[in-house]
Amino acid sequence: MSQLNNFTKGFIKENPVFVLLLGMCPTLGVTTSAVNGLGMGLATTFVLVMSNLAISLVANLIPDKVRIPGFIIIIASFVTMVDMSMAAYLPSLHESLGLFIPLIVVNCIVLGRAESYASKNKAMPSIIDGLGMGLGFAFALTLLGGTRELLGSGKFFNFAIFDEGYGMLIFVLAPGAFLALGYIIAIINKLRKA
Amino acid sequence: MEYIIIIISAIFVNNIVLSQFLGICPFLGVSKKVSTAVGMTGAVTFVMVLATIVTYLIQKFVLDPFDIGFMQTITFILVIASLVQMVEIMLKKVSPSLYQALGVFLPLITTNCAVLGVAIMVIQKNYNLMESVVFSAATAIGFGLALVLFAGLREHLDLVKIPKGMQGTPIALITAGLLAMAFMGFAGIV
Repeated sequence: MSQLNNFTKGFIKENPVFVLLLGMCPTLGVTTSAVNGLGMGLATTFVLVMSNLAISLVANLIPDKVRIPGFIIIIASFVTMVDMSMAAYLPSLHESLGLFIPLIVVNCIVLGRAESYASKNKAMPSIIDGLGMGLGFAFALTLLGGTRELLGSGKFFNFAIFDEGYGMLIFVLAPGAFLALGYIIAIINKLRKA
Repeated sequence: MEYIIIIISAIFVNNIVLSQFLGICPFLGVSKKVSTAVGMTGAVTFVMVLATIVTYLIQKFVLDPFDIGFMQTITFILVIASLVQMVEIMLKKVSPSLYQALGVFLPLITTNCAVLGVAIMVIQKNYNLMESVVFSAATAIGFGLALVLFAGLREHLDLVKIPKGMQGTPIALITAGLLAMAFMGFAGIV
């Protein structure tokens, strides 16, 4: 597979959210607005790229039996870094993402890519794989966040599109997350088959 | 009284799955049949309460005194992962029948974000040990309630004709959305 393919597969063909259905908790939990979705997506991208890089370099040194715990420690270290730097530089975003930042550790996408890709490939392809998958995840979260924000409060990236009075509040509340994602996946299924 | 408020709030008002969005993977993954949903609930309850107690003690007696709170994420996930492994090994020896019932679900629990989520939440909410135990047990029951209800709905969904594009995940998510809407009715009880 060429490097370009390797990079773009995460966007549509193997999109972690819409197609593989991985990492659903942050997907549903933080996407009340496009900004939150993008922030979460980029934080996860950073963790993915760095952990893919680190794991591809040390995979041969880790005994097979303690592979998974080893990967989890590597991932958790990068998550802690993201957590602390976000708290320092982007306190308001950190506040609104809250619990979901430490929970990147248990995001199945990160461990999934580590196990199925980075542990078997060299550093460079692993970075590209992590970047592609991460940006695909960020794209999905931004799309879902944008949809919910637009339908729920009439804004897009905090920019008023139509009057707030027309917004359907349900879309920024909990049920709206399930409904919006359900319909988006249905549309994508339809488009993929066509 | 305080405990009752914690219990009602954790099960209904702030349901872990339907309003906090934790543990969605098992919620969507193992909810095709009511019987597997019940098994999963049992395993999650067991691990969640145990993990909360252990991580709580580690936070209070190791992380806090040495002022290394930034190690929280790494420590907790390792504790949970090894705890799950240990429970699996012990259960196999001590109670093979229980292992038969819960065994297949145990490895899945490490990546259940609800377990790590609850462990971190009790620290953030500043609960004492007893409150933490009650909170984690109630949360697990809330998880089970959502899971079993959802599995029941999905068993019936199999019997109806669904438009092609909506089959599978989309209809499951929309059903979950409607269930979440129903749970919103509990808001304001506590």
